[in-house]
Amino acid sequence: MIVSNTTQCYHCGDAVSHTVFEADGHRFCCLGCQSVYRILSSSNMQQYYRYNRHPGKKKSEVSTRYEYLDEATLTDKLIDFRNDEITIATFYIPSIHCSSCVWLLEHLYKLNPAIVVSRSDFLKKQVNITFKHTELTLRGLVELLVDIGYEPKITLQDVIKEGQKFSQKGLIAKIAVAGFCFGNSMMLSFPEYFGMGTFEAHYAKIFGWMNLGFSLPVLLYSGRDYFRSAWQSLRHKALNLDVPLALGIAVLFARTAWEVLSVSGPGFADTLCGLVFFLLVGRWIQQRTYHHLSFERDYRSYFPVAVTRLSEDGPKPVPLADIQVGDRLLIRNNEIVPADAILLNGQAAVDFSFVTGESEPVQKVLGEIIYAGGRQTGEAIELEVVKAVSQSYLTRLWNNEAFKPHELNFRTFSNTVSRYFTVVLLGVAFAAMVFWVFAGDTARAWGAFTAVLIIACPCALALSSPFTLSAALSIFDKNRFYIKNTAAIEQLAAIDCIVFDKTGTISSPAASRMRFEGNLLTDELALVVAACKNSNHPLSRELVKWAAPNVSGSVPVNQYCEVAGRGIEAVVANRSVRVGNAAFTGVPSGGGTGSRVYVSIDDEVKGCFLAEQPWRENLHVVLGELAAGCHLHLISGDNDKEKALLRGIFPPQADLLFHQLPVEKMEYIQSLQAQSHRVCMLGDGLNDAGALKQANLGIAVSDDINNFSPGCDAILDGRSFVKLPRFLRFAKDAVKIIHLSFGISLTYNLVGLSFAVNGTMSPLFAAVLMPLSTVTIIGFTTVATHLYATKNQLIKRQ
Amino acid sequence: MSAIFFLIGCSVFIALIFLVAFFWANKTGQHDDTYTPSVRILFEDEVQEETETLPKES
Repeated sequence: MIVSNTTQCYHCGDAVSHTVFEADGHRFCCLGCQSVYRILSSSNMQQYYRYNRHPGKKKSEVSTRYEYLDEATLTDKLIDFRNDEITIATFYIPSIHCSSCVWLLEHLYKLNPAIVVSRSDFLKKQVNITFKHTELTLRGLVELLVDIGYEPKITLQDVIKEGQKFSQKGLIAKIAVAGFCFGNSMMLSFPEYFGMGTFEAHYAKIFGWMNLGFSLPVLLYSGRDYFRSAWQSLRHKALNLDVPLALGIAVLFARTAWEVLSVSGPGFADTLCGLVFFLLVGRWIQQRTYHHLSFERDYRSYFPVAVTRLSEDGPKPVPLADIQVGDRLLIRNNEIVPADAILLNGQAAVDFSFVTGESEPVQKVLGEIIYAGGRQTGEAIELEVVKAVSQSYLTRLWNNEAFKPHELNFRTFSNTVSRYFTVVLLGVAFAAMVFWVFAGDTARAWGAFTAVLIIACPCALALSSPFTLSAALSIFDKNRFYIKNTAAIEQLAAIDCIVFDKTGTISSPAASRMRFEGNLLTDELALVVAACKNSNHPLSRELVKWAAPNVSGSVPVNQYCEVAGRGIEAVVANRSVRVGNAAFTGVPSGGGTGSRVYVSIDDEVKGCFLAEQPWRENLHVVLGELAAGCHLHLISGDNDKEKALLRGIFPPQADLLFHQLPVEKMEYIQSLQAQSHRVCMLGDGLNDAGALKQANLGIAVSDDINNFSPGCDAILDGRSFVKLPRFLRFAKDAVKIIHLSFGISLTYNLVGLSFAVNGTMSPLFAAVLMPLSTVTIIGFTTVATHLYATKNQLIKRQ
Repeated sequence: MSAIFFLIGCSVFIALIFLVAFFWANKTGQHDDTYTPSVRILFEDEVQEETETLPKES
């Protein structure tokens, strides 16, 4: 039977060829997808497939064990609430991506009646489940989620749950109060602005008092952060933008109170409320967060929550924090070694790719130390812990100085400007006052002094940065480049030196290329493919994907046996096929680049498949464009076998460093910074964590943004790597827009000042000028950001 | 003439009600998830789904 290659898996949408997985007339790419379909169809839940085509996601090859969820000490930290009958727990599920997911997760009660209610949050990728724990354990619930393809991510950072919840509710309440007062005081100010007849004059007094009443909560509640921040900035002998803002707010209130109490004028209550309202909106815009991304991850979200400890009464899962020196651990296939330990038993082939950048698994002999962070591939091994988790080689990195949260020594544009701005502002205000005092008009002197501070209050200036940068942020976001905050965009614009990691950063781990060295006939290839189809090993899958188009028809497999970490032994069409590493197939171990898969048929070695990590698409173009404005360097933990090749891609003056330890990477960044370079580091693994943190801007490159990525300032989706030069140019343009809008707001200030120094500024003038300048700035920054984004081809032309 | 004081009092009172309503909504988390309800409302009811899957007899 020959099935066309174009068929898509009914569940996940992957291409299906030569499948044996079928159900109800639908084809599936693998057993995992088929079994999810079976579970759903048996509960009459095919509706899942109706909202979207191919809503499923392929199950990850790495299966996690959940025995530890039976341990009460651990689960207590995971759940939100528990009483005699029910338990409520919230899980983070990275694979939530469409409306079908929401539907399925909210209809879990159809799969298991013990689930009372489940509610999902699409943007946060969370699901909140209430279930009867007498009928369903937490472990049972998690395993049910795993069975239907929605594996929750449970990490130590979730268990500890610290500093995760960031709330904007306080700010929103302040905006609401300011908006309420703004609207009401504007309504009460209108009669004054339109002019009142003499018979209405007694209203003016009442309106004045009410206005003063409305400005009180704005001053004391909504605007109090500005006073606090200004006070702190003065104590540090610096002048940030909040100093003139707080001064403006205070003077506005003082003059309003004076005019109302002395019945000498209507005051500026609506200007005060409007000012604080717009400022707070600007602050709110700036504080937008990514719910589903974390920029603060450390080793705890990479490590497992629990590990199996061997004691007299057999293996038992224990929380990681309870692991002590001398404990014996059992590490199964694909589990992570959580602490430095000595190998006691078993064949260890440890994949350190995430820790060191070295791409091939390292073989260890009995008695050797295995450092924490490696992933065991192959059979289960027994280890004895020699160092506690927090003291291990890898985790010790986080105790290093660079990992301590440090104050950014970077000055944003508005901070730089505000120093001069405040000084000039106070200078003009005092000059105007002194002038009128000498002219013998004391009343006018006070009027001019306060008017200058009011009219020059840098509201538009304070808004130009947040509005420009948040517009830029959402454009980066659409292009799958997620930046932590607005200040980081200004950092990006200032970069003059870029350092790359190799594995996973400039090479793409997802799409490795295959080629065959040796002699293999087409029908022999068919045998190899038939054998490899049964295996879940990444290399086998890669091999099948590569070779399948060259093979037609399928060959029955008579016998099959997979030796984890070594290879596959199978009898296909009465011929014995061995696919695996050198020792397994009887080849004297040979070096060379890339991962090698040797093939022997009927005990005769036929050759080997070479999997090479290809460079990211258009790497040389990207580097060529970047080299025009920046110094480029490469720093890798891997060996230097690809050095000659990279030499050709990188510019001639670039440093290419190999065999670098995590600490050395960090020190290298430090040395570049000492030469007053502003360094951007691009990396992906735990070994880059120090360098990412040390760099002025750390960008984590990730092919699946939901996977672990170390703490950084920005996360770049691997697919958008090509756009990196455009991102840099756009960041520079964004800073240019801020400069331009600063010019505009300064023009408004100058126009206002020319009235203010004469002491002839009317409340109406202030009430019109302030919102007008604000609207101009918001309009200008929005339009300009979109124009520049179009110019840099980051958004499509309409 | 005093009608205007009454009207201003009313308008401020109504505005206060809205402010309190906003605080209540904010505090009870009604603005926490502003996206998922838009997905949820499009799901079909269970009853309809079952009549649809019944084989047609003709």
